[in-house]
Amino acid sequence: MGAYLTRRFLLMVLTLFGMSVLIFVMLRLVPGNVADILVDSAGIADPKEKAKIIAELGLDRPIFDQYLQWIGGLTRGDLGFAYVSERPAIEEIAPRIPISAKLAGLALFFSVILGVPLGVISAVRQNTGLDYMLRVISLSGLSLPSFWLGLLILMASVQWFGMIPIYTNEPRSFIDEMLLLSIPAAAVGFRSSALIMRLTRSSMLEVLRQDYIRTARSKGASQTSVNYEHALRNALLPVVTIVGIEAAFLVGGLIVTETVFNIPGVARFLVEAILWRDYPIVQNLVMLIAFVVVTVNFLVDMAYMALDPRIKFAD
Amino acid sequence: MRTRLALLAGGLAAFAVTASPAFAQKQGGTLRISHRDNPPSASIHEESTISVVQPFMAVFNNLVVFDPKEKINSPDKIVPDLAESWAYNPSQTELTFKLRSGVKWHDGKPFTAKDVKCTWDALAGKADEKSDLIRKNPRRVWYSNLKEVKVGSDTEVTFVLDRPQPSFLSILAAGYSPVYACHAQGRDMRSKPIGTGPFKVVDFKRNESIKLVRNPDYWKKGRPYLDAIDWKIVPNRSTRMLGFVAGEFDMTFDSDVTFPLLEDIKKQKPDAVCEARPSNVNQNILINPEAPPFDKPEVRRALVLSIDQKPFNDILFQGNALSGAAMLPPPAGFWGMPKEMLQTLPGFSADIEKSRAEARKIMEGLGYSKDKPLKVKVSTRNIAIYRDPAVILIDQLKNAYIEAELDPIDTTVWYTKVQRKDYQLGMNLTGLGVDDPDTAFYENFYSTSDRNYTSYKNPEIDKLIDQQSAETDREKRKKIVWEIEKKLAEDGARPVIVHNVAATCWTPQLKGVVLQHNSIYNGWRFEDMWLDR
Repeated sequence: MGAYLTRRFLLMVLTLFGMSVLIFVMLRLVPGNVADILVDSAGIADPKEKAKIIAELGLDRPIFDQYLQWIGGLTRGDLGFAYVSERPAIEEIAPRIPISAKLAGLALFFSVILGVPLGVISAVRQNTGLDYMLRVISLSGLSLPSFWLGLLILMASVQWFGMIPIYTNEPRSFIDEMLLLSIPAAAVGFRSSALIMRLTRSSMLEVLRQDYIRTARSKGASQTSVNYEHALRNALLPVVTIVGIEAAFLVGGLIVTETVFNIPGVARFLVEAILWRDYPIVQNLVMLIAFVVVTVNFLVDMAYMALDPRIKFAD
Repeated sequence: MRTRLALLAGGLAAFAVTASPAFAQKQGGTLRISHRDNPPSASIHEESTISVVQPFMAVFNNLVVFDPKEKINSPDKIVPDLAESWAYNPSQTELTFKLRSGVKWHDGKPFTAKDVKCTWDALAGKADEKSDLIRKNPRRVWYSNLKEVKVGSDTEVTFVLDRPQPSFLSILAAGYSPVYACHAQGRDMRSKPIGTGPFKVVDFKRNESIKLVRNPDYWKKGRPYLDAIDWKIVPNRSTRMLGFVAGEFDMTFDSDVTFPLLEDIKKQKPDAVCEARPSNVNQNILINPEAPPFDKPEVRRALVLSIDQKPFNDILFQGNALSGAAMLPPPAGFWGMPKEMLQTLPGFSADIEKSRAEARKIMEGLGYSKDKPLKVKVSTRNIAIYRDPAVILIDQLKNAYIEAELDPIDTTVWYTKVQRKDYQLGMNLTGLGVDDPDTAFYENFYSTSDRNYTSYKNPEIDKLIDQQSAETDREKRKKIVWEIEKKLAEDGARPVIVHNVAATCWTPQLKGVVLQHNSIYNGWRFEDMWLDR
């Protein structure tokens, strides 16, 4: 187990190193740099002013030096200076992470809390009216674009309640914030819950046909015990994988929701930073997302072991 | 007698009602406004967008300003700001300002004539090499006639001009001409600027918000009325409009409300006060004269003749946009030519079929036909306000045997591409900071300007631009301006399609809003606005 964990840790470090090189190089392959864009935004294209900005930001230095400076800083916790705002990148990034994390966490909570039980119900009531209804709901969850759903929620709120649930003022308390985030989280969670529900259903159907389920039933186990103790635990393995993937996606993939509900989170900021070629912001944010994805993957692997005792990680 | 008394009493009551706002302003309250996008920085001198001027003009003062109570910016309606008075020397080449004393920057340091010198030295490109007050200077050409700035004393400063330039005072009155603090760092001016204005910057969070608070030490006693201004950056227009309808915002961003949206807002929020006005932003075509096929004047002329402004106006503005050449047409525009004269210019004829027949004849003479059209690309920024007119243009060009294809460009590299002349035709928007021919012509058509995107070079036009700029008789100047407009239209230099008109809305509780009708870039000091709630 110890050797396995060490191997996994080293693999994580290697993946993150590969990601850092990839991000760094790819960003510089995109046409136009921040100097082009800063000058362009003023409606001019003066080469002298551009050259001055390039020198000021150190973009005229060899690319390898720039990479070393970034990685060196990262190991010391120094994320560098944002090119556009000219403030320390950490000051720009740090306040946005908790907002996106809370939104993603809440969305994930909604999707699991709805998706798993409804998937189980749909499976155990296969081909009944309830099953058909739940399948239609889940299909619509997958088909509705989240920006459309978001706008629909906003319009309905204005029309019926005369208010709009967008993030305009910093919430006064944690409860306020969670209430404010719950509507966009539900909009996002609806899609994810549909996905989880469908996967839980198909996984449950497969498990419910297994011999050991028949054995459990013949031993006199109650329906609830069969469904939730014997079947669900085994059916959850693919669901855990998809929850992991969704969790990783939600950290940086909430651009549409953050834009429609005006949430000052990481995803909206990342897109803006890419448009401005604000390298320090993009590099550090993408590295953060990569770190989250790698960590979640690791946790998912650990969860397999907890869910299925047959899975052992050999040293 | 009784009737007379009743009339008098009624008149007095009406006077009291109309005059009362002057006495009834309420102090306090936070004005909440939605912002359409992320301002590139807070430094007005370094940017060319209303996204910067509208929120940050309230942080600064100018030497002089266009009278904020007037809807039309006019050289006759310029009022003191940091300057108490001004005077020209007899040869009109020295403009001396007497400055207010006792004015303080937001950090408590005193404002002096040295700050004025420092600002305009930087703008004229004459600042010390080490000065980092500004690093981008998009309006350098505004000050090409500025020889030097001389400090007489702490409260006296003189602008020395190479030759008389009657527009110079108007240029100084623009929202784009604030005085910067000499002791400030460029980096601070871009992120959290200090000024002498009615509001101080508390915070500018990128992609999120801009918070301004009342400057308690503002030199204009009793102003501003508002305690704070809270700008929220809301990139999604639907969310912005819904936020305004729901009462989350007191005001929309300037000219953010298109005509179809205006109908929606009036339906959903009937008490909203909305005003549609020309923005002095025009839609025009960039023609690359340095590369085939538009290096031939005949092809440029055929292109201009094929354009019918009406569909652009009907589709994009529900018929509310204005028809004009390079300058904004009257009555909002001070310098635009009269309608009868405009119709004699190529591209403005009332008989569009006749113009298009002429265009086809030119193209046939060059060997093109319906079966053998000229194939070109129309490049434009990949955002709706640029793309939509480009699509209409493409449709219209077919009338002159020109088959065009849309080439949407990532908005962040648009000017870089234009500067490289890597385009054939471009759909462009041009906004004027000041409704004055000097800013329009020097910026966009003078052969040495950084912002002459098409590199239009015509020594005759350069001479006329200089001539009108020095002309002190306004009527004579107008005649020269119209001659320039005519020649530009004949040369196909950035043919103008329409002058935009759009609306701004605010809640009825917000008072003292005066929108200026010949430039969106002026009049955003917010010191006279107040909230009645």
